[in-house]
Amino acid sequence: MNDLPTELRYSKTHEWARIEDDGTVTVGITDHAQDTLGDIVFVELPDCGRQVAAEEPCAVVESVKAASDIYAPIAGEVIAVNTALRDAPDTINNSPYTDGWILRLKPDEPKALEALLDAAAYAQLVADES
Amino acid sequence: MALRTPLYPEHHKLNARLVPFAGWEMPLHYGSQLEEHQAVRRHAGMFDVSHMGQIDVEGPDAKAFLRTLLANDVAKLNAVGKALYTCMLDERGGILDDLIVYLRGPGTYRLVVNAATTAKDLAWLNDQAEGDLEIRRRDDLAMIAVQGPKARALTLDCLPPELSGFAAELAPFTATQCGPWLIGRTGYTGEDGFEIMLPATDALDLWQILHAAGIRPCGLGARDTLRLEAGLNLYGQDMDETTTPFDCGLEWTIAWEPTERAFIGRAALEAQRDAPRRWTFIGLVLLGEGIMRAGQPVLSQGQAVGVITSGGFAPTLNRSIALARVVPGLDPDCVVEIRGKTLPMRIVKPPFVRHGQILVDLKTPTSGF
Repeated sequence: MNDLPTELRYSKTHEWARIEDDGTVTVGITDHAQDTLGDIVFVELPDCGRQVAAEEPCAVVESVKAASDIYAPIAGEVIAVNTALRDAPDTINNSPYTDGWILRLKPDEPKALEALLDAAAYAQLVADES
Repeated sequence: MALRTPLYPEHHKLNARLVPFAGWEMPLHYGSQLEEHQAVRRHAGMFDVSHMGQIDVEGPDAKAFLRTLLANDVAKLNAVGKALYTCMLDERGGILDDLIVYLRGPGTYRLVVNAATTAKDLAWLNDQAEGDLEIRRRDDLAMIAVQGPKARALTLDCLPPELSGFAAELAPFTATQCGPWLIGRTGYTGEDGFEIMLPATDALDLWQILHAAGIRPCGLGARDTLRLEAGLNLYGQDMDETTTPFDCGLEWTIAWEPTERAFIGRAALEAQRDAPRRWTFIGLVLLGEGIMRAGQPVLSQGQAVGVITSGGFAPTLNRSIALARVVPGLDPDCVVEIRGKTLPMRIVKPPFVRHGQILVDLKTPTSGF
């Protein structure tokens, strides 16, 4: 089984979301997702200030294999993007939950996070898919 | 139930990411496709290509049959062991498959065809066959490709002694055989190396010996990025039955001489040769960030003027490259459209990389093609 921190929330489309102390939400892709995609070679990041709806495509991760949309796990405003990924997109492969974060949202509704999967439910989803 | 090669248990043991491919369960990579790609460019890597179709055509009329069947001319194979790359066409000049044919002896040929097309090819061969010849699929054989600057030297030490001396003497695009083994100095990566056809029962032993010699197992993922950098066409992507050799950069494989050789598709190709070109087949290098993919349009002044047939990330160039079918006489200022954005690129002549060296100019301003 891939690494699955219990303090995070997960989407059915393999993003993780972490609520920070200041109420913002950091978003990335799961260890399972990066493992499935293979070597990541390019990340297309959104502009800061963009308003995204829940489940709206908001970034693109390109592996050697294919391009994959990244969906916003909750609605909000993009307030930061991980520009370090421009030079080192493989950070997502090496460190999906920390240095490989993709973007940060100011959520429209902080409670929206609770509707996402917890680690156990996400683990079940991955098991069901494979 | 997917087909499995004799090396399947070994791939499993090596933790390969296995994926369905043309009805087979094949390794995509063994951990990192990029590292496997670099191993082939800098050292040596090996591929299980046992899924490819091996078809023997033998008999007194085999040569005459293949001279009719194939757009290149097997009469060029003037010594045992020589190999020829060719397209197999239908009457309209559409490409049924691309393949390598080896001359194994008088009236004795081996065709190595694509996995996805093997059944279709066999049906076509049997339909077209005339005269005293036998067509036989060699499911009893496996195939291992070893590629890279160190591939030949390392492989020679791993071969049975009675084969090693002959293999050492092979010129590019020739082969030697010993019993049921056939070793060709051929490949699909733009690097030197061997393609070894051998009894399925011997494959695991050889694979393990090669692995112990430091040759890295590589999957279909690296095979695709390597062949793209080498500017080599992939059947089903860069060419298919709707394209002729003119449309996909394979005009050089058509043997027009002797003019009296009536191969299947000849009339259609001659008509196309004498008419204005429909398409030019070119290489593209993306100047900025992003990855070109098959199916994305090439635009000139807002108009679609072609399509990417193969595209991806080129590890050796550290940027995206592609093969594309475009209208002739294209403006150099054309762009590629990736997810609604138009991005500048440069038109180049493939190959992009050969023998580890970058062959395309990434610096000077672009010029027309």
